[in-house]
Amino acid sequence: MSTADDRPIIAEFIDVHRHYAMGDNLVRALDGVSMQVQQGDYLAIMGRSGSGKSTMLNLLGCLDRPTTGEYRIGNRDVTKLDDDALSEVRGREIGFIFQSFNLIPQLTVLENLEVPLFYQNRVGADSRAKAEELATRVGLAGRLAHRPLELSGGQQQRVAIARALMNDPLFLLADEATGNLDSNTEDEILDLFDELQTEGVTIVIVTHNPTVAERADRTIWLKDGQVESVTYNQRHPAAGATT
Amino acid sequence: MRTVKLGLKSLMLHKLRSTLTTAGILFGVASVIAMLAVGEGASKQALDSYRDMGVTNVLLRSVKPPDTAESSSQSVWTATSYGLTYLEADIIAKTLTRAQVARIREIQRPLTHGENFRTTIVIGTEPAFLPVTNMQVAEGRWLSDIDEQRLSNVCVLGASLAEVLFPLENPMDKTVLTGSDDRYRIVGILDYQGRAAGASGTTYDECMFIPMSTSRRRFGDEVTTRSGGSFKRERIELHEIKVKLPEPEDVEMAAFILRDLIDQAHEDEGDVQITVPLEMLRKAEESKRMFNIVLAVIASISLLVGGIGIMNVMLATVTERTREIGIRRALGAKKKHVIMQFLVEAGVLSALGGFAGVLLGMIVPLGIEHWFDQMTIILPVHVLLAFSISAAVGVVFGIYPAWRAADMDPVEALRHE
Repeated sequence: MSTADDRPIIAEFIDVHRHYAMGDNLVRALDGVSMQVQQGDYLAIMGRSGSGKSTMLNLLGCLDRPTTGEYRIGNRDVTKLDDDALSEVRGREIGFIFQSFNLIPQLTVLENLEVPLFYQNRVGADSRAKAEELATRVGLAGRLAHRPLELSGGQQQRVAIARALMNDPLFLLADEATGNLDSNTEDEILDLFDELQTEGVTIVIVTHNPTVAERADRTIWLKDGQVESVTYNQRHPAAGATT
Repeated sequence: MRTVKLGLKSLMLHKLRSTLTTAGILFGVASVIAMLAVGEGASKQALDSYRDMGVTNVLLRSVKPPDTAESSSQSVWTATSYGLTYLEADIIAKTLTRAQVARIREIQRPLTHGENFRTTIVIGTEPAFLPVTNMQVAEGRWLSDIDEQRLSNVCVLGASLAEVLFPLENPMDKTVLTGSDDRYRIVGILDYQGRAAGASGTTYDECMFIPMSTSRRRFGDEVTTRSGGSFKRERIELHEIKVKLPEPEDVEMAAFILRDLIDQAHEDEGDVQITVPLEMLRKAEESKRMFNIVLAVIASISLLVGGIGIMNVMLATVTERTREIGIRRALGAKKKHVIMQFLVEAGVLSALGGFAGVLLGMIVPLGIEHWFDQMTIILPVHVLLAFSISAAVGVVFGIYPAWRAADMDPVEALRHE
């Protein structure tokens, strides 16, 4: 599978395996996956439960390491990094968005937005300005002093998206980002993703929801830990082509 | 600083729980400070009182032997005889040549001057009394050898007694009347001492001092007391002998000699009590050491209990906030950041308790002084010690929960409901 343009590759799996020992059985959660994410991509990873979706998400997010194979972020091999270095990569290069928003309830919106920068000692006047800018960008201007629980689900997810953008990551990594939202709000959030993509943000979204995957340019279908197929959306230059 | 603020915020999530945990440390710290203050005060009182008696002194005192069947059936006309004698005082003076010996006779008498009246102890003693007891004359002079030789009717008053008998005038050269006929000219007044005279609870400040020879002549060696319907006569030559040694090193030997002497002369009568202030001082210091050890054990236990409370709460917090830990890890927190966060939280919890404990611990001794009339002393080093131990307890008992938090698998933590 190759995409026919010269945008830089920002994330790449090369024959990645992830095996677990479960009792006496060896579970091959991922069994030889190769794929690439290019800058500006809007990629969906689809599959039923047990297909290896979650494992793929964890590996992409540097929360887990492959058993064998190689994972590269930017030009860097992150396969063998230790815990601290992986934390560093997560903090600098990846913007997480979760199904259940995962804001920290005792912190205000502003403080939540500053969390990723806090661990890089970058909290200050600049971080505050950036938080205000991003809150405005996602439509939450003036809510910086609120607590997460004072906001609706859609608003909370907007905060989470803004938080994911705080560290200027290489890509956003969304896990069922609309799974806890009603369909109207889901559309709003997906529209926001579309807008972000047009602004140049790279998005990888892991989902089992076809409506969500439809918005992506490309969908990787997983089955039994392997790539079953890759489909391209109409909007994509390579639309219609399958591998 | 930001981490501390964060810690406070997280603690506010469970106000009651945090408060209760803090209370554990609070009472631990407060009780340690209060106990130390009371202990310090009590031991200072004891040590001071022994120092007042004189660390180079050995005190011999006549005590009334327990009433035996024999003595109670004695006839009215034979006196019960007990206690120290003039002869013994002479032997002591001759045996311990380097010591100063002061003999003391105590006679209870009513004293009057004009309208003013007070029944108190008239102490018959000699010039050596002043250096032996280390007292000072405020005005006039002390009893002299010449007074002694001439059996002079002169007296020196204790400070309080002087105020009672002469509230408005200067007592110097005035006279005090004992009973109806004896007049004593006042030649001196002592400084205020605040020290107990003998065993009666009277202080030297309330006593009148006259020459030994005068006391013997005027009052004799026999005392008649009336109890119930019958009279009782007692014969006591000397009520107390104070022996002052030149150096504290001499005390042990002198005490040994004096005990031997008294044992031989009085066998088992038990009518002479020997007090060695230096020995009591050492005992008091020893018991203070013991007290401190006991206190340290109690303090350790109470702070241990407080620490376990903190650990318990922190473990619960860590479990409850598993997801938060997962989120923070996903957003780039390293293990050390997570450890820091929970250690600071535990530290804040115990430092708050410690701070409140210091306040309470400094208030409680005030109450003890007020209601129990017990001297207390709060040493800054004790406060500092109690506080820093409490803060350390928080950190030490926070280590395990913090480590547990940091060691979680981020994937598992994020999945936690």
